[in-house]
Amino acid sequence: MPALRIENLKKSYGTVPVLKGINLAVENGDVVAVIGRSGSGKSTMLRCINGLEPFQEGTIEVVGHKVDQSRANLRELRKEVGMVFQSYNLFPHLSVAENITLAPRVVKGLPLEEGSALVREVLTRVGLAEKAHAYPDELSGGQQQRVAIARSLAMKPKVMLFDEVTSALDPELTGEVLKTIAQLAEAGMTMVLVTHEMGFARRVATRTVFMHQGTVWEEGKSEEIFTNPKTPELKNFIAPDLK
Amino acid sequence: MIQSFGWQSVQFLFHGLVWTVGLSLCTFVGGGIFGLVFAVSRALGPKWLRTLVAAYIQLVQATPLLIVVFLAYYGLSFLGFYFPPLAAAAISLTIYATAFLADIWRGCIEAIPRTQWEAADALALGRVQRLRYVILPQAFQIALGPTVGFMVQIVKNTSVTALIGFVELTRAGQLLNNMTFQPFHVFLTVAAMYFVVCYPLSWWSEKLKERKHAGTAH
Repeated sequence: MPALRIENLKKSYGTVPVLKGINLAVENGDVVAVIGRSGSGKSTMLRCINGLEPFQEGTIEVVGHKVDQSRANLRELRKEVGMVFQSYNLFPHLSVAENITLAPRVVKGLPLEEGSALVREVLTRVGLAEKAHAYPDELSGGQQQRVAIARSLAMKPKVMLFDEVTSALDPELTGEVLKTIAQLAEAGMTMVLVTHEMGFARRVATRTVFMHQGTVWEEGKSEEIFTNPKTPELKNFIAPDLK
Repeated sequence: MIQSFGWQSVQFLFHGLVWTVGLSLCTFVGGGIFGLVFAVSRALGPKWLRTLVAAYIQLVQATPLLIVVFLAYYGLSFLGFYFPPLAAAAISLTIYATAFLADIWRGCIEAIPRTQWEAADALALGRVQRLRYVILPQAFQIALGPTVGFMVQIVKNTSVTALIGFVELTRAGQLLNNMTFQPFHVFLTVAAMYFVVCYPLSWWSEKLKERKHAGTAH
């Protein structure tokens, strides 16, 4: 059973179609990079996967949960599917440790005394073990994004979704975040990343999906996609990186 | 019986002030409880409930408080529900405060960025958990300043209950004036007493708003 299967996914905003029949399967352990121009529907597709965006047609199945609009169902799914956002979306009124333990505590009933061990574990994985008691506004953008990754990890997700997680960062801060994600990839986490970092997609993703005009235009092994693009649209899109 | 303005008069007014403060507190507690329920309903309820609460807010905000007070005191007694002035005053002020606090707090709830709701959703928090742990604590921080500011309005507006014979500070001033015929002494003292209660609240409200601006960006 694939970790994620999308079949004929269609979505429109009013009369404007955004996704025109997406098909995609992600196996356990896959790291899939989704690339494409702004407006090609890649973030929308990603947000459909954990039910943040409703869609009109098609089916999505993630780690055995079907995505529909029943809230109870979505909650079960979201316990196993983590998401990291472009703008981090940490809870500004909570410390780093509280950000991390909130969902495990109230959703999964994590006992209070196991909280600090969990905080230590996930912060160590993102290299921020000493920041447990800081507040989000005391951290740099890169650190905040790593905390957001740690917060997501604390739920022990089976699949993680990354929505342009370096786009809001200053260039010198993207490295630390990408390194963290690459380590997760090495550890075997199943991930789907919407990204503009072509070099990173090529190096870290096992597969790359190129989206264009609301469809999966081209997909394949990352190396293949970047060295040997078949469609002129993809060639055009990645050309600057090949120079 | 004509008496002249003196220490006794101040004591008499102070007694009225105690009732003003007491009525203000009742109003704030009552309006606070209903206001919170209404604010959440207005921001998050099903459509019919939102419309209903919005209509209530519009209706009350468009009605002079004095008319609400008269309705509660004269109107309801006409229908057979007689409330003594204190109860009628508390009920009508609560109706009024509920509408304004619900509106202020709804604004604060809606001011929390969409992304915070999504982050809570993505972490599998339920609706109530999302509200309880993520949205309301942040909305509360924004709401403090305007809420304390509105308390000043409540304190001043308790004065309209003088017209149904509830002896709070303003009514006490009227009575005293009838006994002393020294309106400047009487009403300047009344004004000073309102000031002593309201100014610290205004000052505190401004402080809270400043803190918000200097505080966390998201």
